[in-house]
Amino acid sequence: MSGSRELILERVRRALADAPLAPESPRDYRRAGTLSPVARTELFYERVCDYRAEARRVRAGELPVAITEVFAARGAQRVCVPNDIASEWRVDGVNFVDDEELSWEELDHIDGVLTGCTLAIAETGTIVLSAGAGEGRRAITLIPDLHVCVIEERQIVETVPEAMTLLTELGAQRRPLTFISGPSATSDIELNRVEGVHGPRNLVVLIEESA
Amino acid sequence: MSATARPFPEAAHDALRDAQLRSNLFVATQTIRDKRNQVVGELSDWEELREAGRAIKADVLANLDRYLLQFEQAVADAGGQVHWAADAGEANQVVLDVARAHGVTELVKVKSLTTDEIGLNAALEAGGVSAIETDLAELILQLGGDWSSHILVPAIHRNRTEIRDIFRATIADDALSDDPGELAEASRTYLRERFLTARMAVSGANFGVAETGTVCVVESEGNGRMCTTLPPVLVTILGIEKLIPSFADLEVFLQLLPRSSTGERMNPYTSLWTGVNAADGPQEFHVVLLDAGRTNALADTVGRQALHCIRCSACLNVCPVYSRTGGQAYGSIYPGPIGAILTPLLYGVEHAPTLPFASSLCGACYEVCPVKIDIPSVLLHLRAKAVESAGKPSLTMAAAGWLFGGRRRFAAAQRLGRLAQRPLIRAGKIRRLPPPLDAWTRTRDLRPLAGESFREWWERRG
Amino acid sequence: MRVALFITCISDSLTPEVGRSTVEVLERLGHEVVFPPEQTCCGQMHLNSGYREEADRLGERFMRIFDGFDTIVAPSSSCVGTMRELHPELHGRLFEFSELLVTRLGVTDVGASFPHRVAYHATCHSLRLTAIGDAPLRLLDAVAGLERVELSEERECCGFGGTFAIENADTSTAMVIDKCAEIAASGAGVVTAVDSSCLMQIGGRLSREGAAVRTMHLAEILNQTAA
Repeated sequence: MSGSRELILERVRRALADAPLAPESPRDYRRAGTLSPVARTELFYERVCDYRAEARRVRAGELPVAITEVFAARGAQRVCVPNDIASEWRVDGVNFVDDEELSWEELDHIDGVLTGCTLAIAETGTIVLSAGAGEGRRAITLIPDLHVCVIEERQIVETVPEAMTLLTELGAQRRPLTFISGPSATSDIELNRVEGVHGPRNLVVLIEESA
Repeated sequence: MSATARPFPEAAHDALRDAQLRSNLFVATQTIRDKRNQVVGELSDWEELREAGRAIKADVLANLDRYLLQFEQAVADAGGQVHWAADAGEANQVVLDVARAHGVTELVKVKSLTTDEIGLNAALEAGGVSAIETDLAELILQLGGDWSSHILVPAIHRNRTEIRDIFRATIADDALSDDPGELAEASRTYLRERFLTARMAVSGANFGVAETGTVCVVESEGNGRMCTTLPPVLVTILGIEKLIPSFADLEVFLQLLPRSSTGERMNPYTSLWTGVNAADGPQEFHVVLLDAGRTNALADTVGRQALHCIRCSACLNVCPVYSRTGGQAYGSIYPGPIGAILTPLLYGVEHAPTLPFASSLCGACYEVCPVKIDIPSVLLHLRAKAVESAGKPSLTMAAAGWLFGGRRRFAAAQRLGRLAQRPLIRAGKIRRLPPPLDAWTRTRDLRPLAGESFREWWERRG
Repeated sequence: MRVALFITCISDSLTPEVGRSTVEVLERLGHEVVFPPEQTCCGQMHLNSGYREEADRLGERFMRIFDGFDTIVAPSSSCVGTMRELHPELHGRLFEFSELLVTRLGVTDVGASFPHRVAYHATCHSLRLTAIGDAPLRLLDAVAGLERVELSEERECCGFGGTFAIENADTSTAMVIDKCAEIAASGAGVVTAVDSSCLMQIGGRLSREGAAVRTMHLAEILNQTAA
């Protein structure tokens, strides 16, 4: 509504006729974490498990074995991947389907998806995807019922402020961002938590130790 | 908001007699309260986060015109289209126009209080477009022809058997059991096809970032992701108070909101997007900046802090009134302590004159509010406005004011009261009083005025 | 120390024993209590009911009457908290009774003896407005023979809320019924608090239910001695 823009701005300015003061916001909360890298990884692992997601710690170089096991254990044969994932993740025994603009219908008939992520937050057990390399578009981590996400230990930060700072440093603020903390869940029925409504019902996080 | 909602005491009277509602509410509010306390207790800097949250919101309001223009520019730069809606009707018309431009007759919706507030679904229906609610609780309400009783868990007043019956009558067959997992599965099956084929979605938003034009939706089930990612056309309705200055400010609110709201360290899914991204998500994005009373609230120098609200619902869960009456007694989209101030501020206290009085002023709401809204103070302020707008001050209050105006009057009133109460005393108690004080004696005894007041004792003692 | 007593309109009229106990405890501890007779009400009822002008008038009246007193005490966290909100200059001058004893005078053992099972109800205004902390508990724990029991929802409102108790009588009653059930479950014989108004609500309901539990203001318990 063309006149509404001016009308609303005019109402806002009139409402603020008393010129309320807004001194600079204090930022006395914790920014940086204090944990050692080992403790930070441990915390991330615990917090992911708290959400009833599956988390596994994987030694450097053993990632292909872990990927094979995870998909085999769930009987997932056709697995969607972003075109640009690391070649060592394309293990034998799994039929990897590159995301060449797969339709929603096609994605709905895929057994799982394998991606990397941009960073992870230990304190909240969160992984963050930003449509960057090895992450793909948002739909591929949404429609399939199993999401396997690989995270390198050095991608883990401790606090939420550290995560937001890193996203800014990476220039990712305007990219599509998805924060994932455990599998899809609802507590709408008598507050009983049910894992898995519309997003993937199974989330597996593989934490690869840094070499 | 219907201007003719029932007075709170009357609606509460009925709600309090509903035993099922009472027990559902008790369990629910107690459970979320405990979870919230636990995860808030984990953060040593909770008070610093609250103060930052409050200050950031105060800054947004103090400079709202500037932030709105900044947001508008940033969204446009990122390929989005910005609309301004002065009232509910204008906002609904924008959505309808977009739907018609694409020949859409059915769209999917993410749970949004803002769209409930403006009556979007009914307006779309009238325009020949049906809106499908995709949040499980909202779906339960929509299928049951019911309305919300809690900001966070709208179907909190329904138990599993009631939900099973609603689903059996609408989207599932009689084989459906009342197991929550099975009920969730039924909604998944029903909605999946609609997500995959929907051509348009409507959402609200938790935050809009002025600096970048980024929109943020916080959720649990994944229906928010579905709606904001899959359909080619997306319309987001954003109350003008939902802005935050910068992307970095999310580091405060993404800590405050989930812990206060669901009692989780982080909610399962948070989606952030900026305008249109050629390779990912909707290729047409509209955002509607909604006033609909917000500038009324902004003009109230005491009440404007209610616009800090991030809709976490922590104040509902700790409120001794809400946890007994439930949300529907408030007769407004926003229930509980925040609703008792926000509703009169948005629509005028004359349209909700009993809401500011629907509180014992215990202050539990202020204590938990993640952005430090001083709800008790705003309630007092609105009570004064309600008395003023009613235009006929109570004689009792005027009389009491006069009596307290001098010691002789006051002492005389004490003596007179002692005489007057004599016929009412039985075995040292007053069990029945005439109206309006019978509201007390219907359920409680009253101690009579003492035979000797303190001041008489003091004088006698010399 | 010379302490001016603000008795509050409720205690003056309905529970004068609370005022008498406040005076006697302070005198027993060697302090001088004065009672400015012009006092009536702090205006809280008017404030909470939306009658701001009357409330301000009564507040001003309070300030005039107590002008010149360095230390003022009232046996009510609710009146104290309201007055301190409206007149911040009263901080450090106007005290709730237990706060005066513990924080200002540094006393926890007032020499009382009360061999009963007592539940302490933390009133909302004592918790959140006046923030007297654990002062009442420290005083109770020093009373000879007193056994203190906990209430399950110790931070939850009793439902009084001034005119709320009348205007929203159904909700107020639902709240006090729950509170009385907690009190019964605690096994207490006496329930105490620092506000006569809340005790009027709880006591009124206990009496209607025919419960054997008594309500006593904290000052009354502190005024019980072995002799």
